[in-house]
Amino acid sequence: MGLVTPALHGRVSAVSPRPMPPRPMIGYAHVTKNFGLLKAVDNVSLDVAEGEFVAIVGGSGSGKTTLLRLANRLIEADGGSITVEGGNVRSVDPVALRRRIGYVFQSGGLFPHLSVADNIGITPKLLGEPAAAISARVDELLELVQLDRAAHHDRLPEALSGGQRQRVGVARALAAKPRIVLMDEPFGALDPLTRDALGDDYRSLHRSLGLTTVMITHDMTEAILLADRIAVMRSGKLLAQGTPAELSKSSDSYVLELLRTPRRQVERLNALLPQSGAA
Amino acid sequence: MSLFTDPRWGEALSHLPDYLGNHVRVSLAALALGLAISLPLAILTRNRPAPRAVLLALASIVQTVPGLALLALFYPLLLAAASVTLAWFGVSFSAFGFLPAMLALALYSMLPVLRNGITGLNGIDPALIEAAKGVGMTARQSLVMVELPLALPVMMAGIRTAAVWVIGTATLSTPIGQTSLGNYIFAGLQTQNWVFVLFGCFASALLALAVDQLLGLIESGLRLRSRTRTGLGAIGIAALVGATLVPTMGRSSQSYVVGAKTFTEQYVLSALLRDRLQAAGLPATARSGLGSSVIFEALKAGDVDLYVDYSGTLWANQLHRTDIKPRAELLADLKTALAKDNITMLGELGFENAYALVMPRKRAEALGIRTIADLAAHTSTMSIAGDYEFFSRPEWAALQKAYGLSFRAQRQMQPDFMYAAVASGEVDVIAGYTSDGLIAKYDLVTLDDPRHAIPPYDAILLLAPKRAGDEKLQAALKPLLGKIDIATMREANLRAAGNDANSSPDAVAKWLWEKVGQR
Repeated sequence: MGLVTPALHGRVSAVSPRPMPPRPMIGYAHVTKNFGLLKAVDNVSLDVAEGEFVAIVGGSGSGKTTLLRLANRLIEADGGSITVEGGNVRSVDPVALRRRIGYVFQSGGLFPHLSVADNIGITPKLLGEPAAAISARVDELLELVQLDRAAHHDRLPEALSGGQRQRVGVARALAAKPRIVLMDEPFGALDPLTRDALGDDYRSLHRSLGLTTVMITHDMTEAILLADRIAVMRSGKLLAQGTPAELSKSSDSYVLELLRTPRRQVERLNALLPQSGAA
Repeated sequence: MSLFTDPRWGEALSHLPDYLGNHVRVSLAALALGLAISLPLAILTRNRPAPRAVLLALASIVQTVPGLALLALFYPLLLAAASVTLAWFGVSFSAFGFLPAMLALALYSMLPVLRNGITGLNGIDPALIEAAKGVGMTARQSLVMVELPLALPVMMAGIRTAAVWVIGTATLSTPIGQTSLGNYIFAGLQTQNWVFVLFGCFASALLALAVDQLLGLIESGLRLRSRTRTGLGAIGIAALVGATLVPTMGRSSQSYVVGAKTFTEQYVLSALLRDRLQAAGLPATARSGLGSSVIFEALKAGDVDLYVDYSGTLWANQLHRTDIKPRAELLADLKTALAKDNITMLGELGFENAYALVMPRKRAEALGIRTIADLAAHTSTMSIAGDYEFFSRPEWAALQKAYGLSFRAQRQMQPDFMYAAVASGEVDVIAGYTSDGLIAKYDLVTLDDPRHAIPPYDAILLLAPKRAGDEKLQAALKPLLGKIDIATMREANLRAAGNDANSSPDAVAKWLWEKVGQR
């Protein structure tokens, strides 16, 4: 086998579908969002179970980012209903809602004027936690995302590499011990090696901390490698959802095309690269 | 005498604590007020394009008004406001000096602060504002914890620009009664004391430069997130402000304020009056370079305690009379009229400083011109120059009407330059002052006014209403009344118009007292 395929198979086989719990951690029911004439999200229903890692896959303009932001009310829905941990998001204060949901932004979204430690500790600080507790939590998180405390604690984001910034972004999202983490193309701008390592590291954090994660990506390979379940979006509509195996049975040609891409890439790579034994 | 050993440097230096302290005080207050208004406005309008556009347009319009005009405008504005508050609430405030200067300068400082504030806040990466929301910040927390800190370097650049503008423009607040480094420049320009002009220019430029550099240090500190730079800049600013303000703090405000208008004779006379009061044991300061109508209103309001004005000027400008009366009658009428405003007309100094049409003696003789009536036949090919107010004064209208004058061209000039201009033939006639020493120096003649279109201009000493019963003050001034004849005043003015070490108003005032004190 080639360089990439074993890892791909290893990951997929390690994940087994679970029975759905009765109450989803995040539930979208017939959700609609329009921007003017554009239907950004068009009658989407999707449940994310506790402990699940769901990837939303789609091209740019497919509505995947809008769908993610509806969950913590960075964007307000026009129709349908959204529940988080059982409660309708409309019935809770959006600021309080956002403080209990971790959010990892594309390319970090770190505040350039705050040190790594201050960036990580921001949500606990907003929640009014005591400084000593925040400081201890920051150290704990630096270790969790594998950043050296001495080297990074007081640095400003501009002094970090892209991968380090994204680790800080993950640490910040986890700081207030959320049960849910939303990630907006978190690893998209990173070089392949960093991206791979970060993805794996996050995946193990997801499992060990018992998180529920929804991640946006335009990259089907990444989605297959990291997620339990994949939701495919196109033009605001949810085309299909399920495990990679379930998706491969889809009748939608776009979904099938998306699924075929990683495999085709692997085949081309195998043809171009020397076999692993020779490397 | 060498430029460097000129004793006028020392005299200039002796005024520095007062001028610099007042300059910094009014600039600082104006900047603080400007910031207090424009920063909240910038924050409030950052997401509202329509009000923002209106605000920036208004601030830009203010900026196009010349600094001197803006300052001059605030004086009558406040004067009107003060009379309204007096009528409605029984309280009045001083429309003179600090307040109008500060308000005008504050308005002047708003554009750069507003513009940079808005630019800074709007220039923030929207992803960061989204992130602030995403981590759970309220709109207010996002503003305070993310947007303002990120906009700060750009805002600071605006504050820096505003500070330099305000410091520069503050030099123009002298004519509305605010002491500033402009006092050097105005006094120097009027009395041809180039040492003072140079000193004032350098002092205000150095102050602006120092503040610019220190604020620049803070700005770069904020930009580079260097606490050392920001701290050093802040300490520097604090030290500068402290060092300039402390020497003028706690000074008695009980001293008598002697006012002076914007020409040489007034500078000399105000120095003379101040010296006389001090000799009598009364604390006194001279406030010079005041506009002609500003000084009268300031006297009425008590911001100026005494000054010398001219009967014809008050007759036309304050009493709005266009008829001409014989000298004694006019003085008596004036005294009665001024008494209605509780202003004491203490008496005449003894000389007259009238407007007169002046031309070179040789030219006048060649053309056979002795009187203004003789001149009338030639005016269609002649040009005339006058000071900044002459052509809008009623005397000019009266002259034109009485003699049918119609000049080819008329120009406004700095009074001390007029005489040289007419002597060199650059203009044909000037509206000069009869007491000016330069008339003799340049061999000029004053033309007779047989139809008495120009009223008499006796120099008279005026006291503010609150000094009406001040016998000590009046006793100190009485020895001057009737003592200064036109020849002596001309000589004093000629000395003051010179450009040597003994030509400063203070030095000439001492010379003048030596001449008239024994009489």
